[in-house]
Amino acid sequence: MAQMTMIQAINDALRVELERDETVLVFGEDVGKNGGVFRATDGLQKQFGKERVFDTPLAESGIGGLAIGLGLTGFRPVMEIQFFGFVFEVMDSIASQMARMRYRSGGRYHSPITIRSPFGGGVKTPELHADSLEGLMLQTPGLKVVIPSNPYDAKGLLISAIRDNDPVVFLEHMKLYRSFRGEVPEGEYTIPIGKANIVKEGEDVTIITYGAMVHTSLKAAEQIEKERGAKVEVIDLRTISPIDIDTIVQSIEKTNRAIVVQEAQKQSGVAAEVIAQINEKAILHLEAPVLRVTAPDTVYPFGMIEDKWLPDPNRVVKAINQVLDF
Amino acid sequence: MSKQLKPIRAEKVETIRVLDADGKVISPDLEPKLSDAELRELMRRMVFTRVWDQRAISLNRQGRLGFYAPVAGQEATMIGSQFALKKEDFILPSYRDIPQIVWHGLPLYQAFLYSRGHQHGGQIPEDVNVLMPQIIIGAQIIQTAGVALGFKKKGEKRVAVTYIGDGGTSQGDFYEGINFAGAYHVPAVFVIQNNQYAISVPVELQTAAETLAQKAVAAGIPGYQVDGMDVLAVYTVMKEVVEKARNGEGPALIESLTYRYGPHTMAGDDPTRYRSNEELDEWEKNDPLIRFRKYLEAKGLWSEEDENKVIEEAKEEINKALKQADETEKMTIPQLIDSMFETLPAHLEEQKAEYEKAGE
Ligand SMILES: Cc1ncc(C[n+]2csc(CCOP(=O)(O)OP(=O)(O)O)c2C)c(N)n1
Repeated sequence: MAQMTMIQAINDALRVELERDETVLVFGEDVGKNGGVFRATDGLQKQFGKERVFDTPLAESGIGGLAIGLGLTGFRPVMEIQFFGFVFEVMDSIASQMARMRYRSGGRYHSPITIRSPFGGGVKTPELHADSLEGLMLQTPGLKVVIPSNPYDAKGLLISAIRDNDPVVFLEHMKLYRSFRGEVPEGEYTIPIGKANIVKEGEDVTIITYGAMVHTSLKAAEQIEKERGAKVEVIDLRTISPIDIDTIVQSIEKTNRAIVVQEAQKQSGVAAEVIAQINEKAILHLEAPVLRVTAPDTVYPFGMIEDKWLPDPNRVVKAINQVLDF
Repeated sequence: MSKQLKPIRAEKVETIRVLDADGKVISPDLEPKLSDAELRELMRRMVFTRVWDQRAISLNRQGRLGFYAPVAGQEATMIGSQFALKKEDFILPSYRDIPQIVWHGLPLYQAFLYSRGHQHGGQIPEDVNVLMPQIIIGAQIIQTAGVALGFKKKGEKRVAVTYIGDGGTSQGDFYEGINFAGAYHVPAVFVIQNNQYAISVPVELQTAAETLAQKAVAAGIPGYQVDGMDVLAVYTVMKEVVEKARNGEGPALIESLTYRYGPHTMAGDDPTRYRSNEELDEWEKNDPLIRFRKYLEAKGLWSEEDENKVIEEAKEEINKALKQADETEKMTIPQLIDSMFETLPAHLEEQKAEYEKAGE
């Protein structure tokens, strides 16, 4: 097995799928000759040609509409939105068009589209590049939303996304692109969309999280174990729509306590959804209210205070102590 | 079949030029009537901006600035166009258009704070008519039509001016903006800085149109193409369309042909991946500073001494601005929360209190 960064694993997944299925097309701004601004598509145009891997004019709404049209004519588009903060430019294509194609046509047409996009904080991008907008996607019926936290998952989940016949929003946290390496098998393998992963087992409290916050939560779990010996279970959602509530409920049946950690602002996001579902399915197993650790409800701040704004292990530790001491 | 049908064609677009690459006047009728002092001021601003650009790049490399998009190569377009404006005219800039807003009145230290991601960087002083730089490509174009419509409705003789790159002209907002401006006949001027690349994508991949200037035709507004490395040509065109707009004669679109010498931004772009050094050399032969310096020298209006003086003065002002930026109080999370609404809702009051309690 090769050791890869997450960006290499993503590149590898695209290569595997381009090789396997000639209807797969990869396109977006700067993805061709430049190989993507983060090099996610590096070398792909060279290997597969401009017919299959190509630069588009600078128009997200155009990229989304093009993907819909190509999807209707038998292709499997993998479109890139250069930074997820620009998703509003293409929101109509995603929410009003792709996500409704199957419904509108009574199943006659569909949108086998993967929307890849970097997002996430801690790397000091300019305004509107890092925003965690995944919560908006959850409110859109007809979309699946995937956020990997490591290279192995990124490859397996991206392959699943590309093979899925419905639109999948695949969000790549910028901070995870190159921050560490992990084992990634060669060739094809898939990880099912909609299935969470227990990244650390424990008996006393469950942390439900995803993306970069998996790593923040693991740090916090380690700290709590040292400080008071409490054993923390950490669940990486991997897919935030649909949410794997069964895995969460099973964990809470064991630990009876939970917190949800997300990088995004507090109001109406993934954490709110997870807690609502816990309420519906596991409330009698709880010994304490489920708390959220999130960013405050402001716009994503300019670079100078980004680090203070993002949830850190200390804030997670504080929340764990609160539910343990309830 | 329908061989006799003739598609509509745009007329041949001519590039407006005043100076040749040696700084000699080739279109005397277009040479602007500027005083000697004004001509020297144009040069001063271009030299100052080049020094500032070089300094910003090195400060960024040292981690003393944040986001920065280099401007070298584009000074004639940026400075020549802004020079044709009055203080009351309103600029809606994009991320690279920091020189225009600084020369329009934004204090330099605030430009540095903006780069560092400090909120005060975008807090425009009351008497300065600019918006903070736009990150969403194209958004500023349709907003410009709105600002111009506002001026028209209020009967104010002001012009709204905006900038976009060649890549940006592919966005829907670009077409919507120039179309609205034409339909409402508002005092708006749209400057396309065609520096040949949108990050790595050359303008030929952006559009099959022969020129970007001709996009004005579909919007029913006048379009011009100008040599964007020729500060006098840029000034002449800009002056004319701005004054027309001011006098109620409606909007205009200018395509300025220019080049960015440096990377797209300082955040890891490597231009050697998508363009050749020969191409860069070709464009540098038309460098706006060299060309205009030769023109001024021939008139006895510029010397090496003048140039060195501006360079020294620029360095000093940049250092002063940096110091002021360094001394500006850091921003805090409670301040950020306070900037969300005029009156904070209860949940934000609560969140603010939590941060204050934690000492942030
Ligand atoms: C809506 C949107 N999409 C994509 C980007 C990312 N991006 C920033 S600059 C740029 C290229 C812009 O090229 P151009 O319009 O030619 O202007 P230039 O940078 O050359 O001045 C891209 C794709 C963005 N900021 N906003």
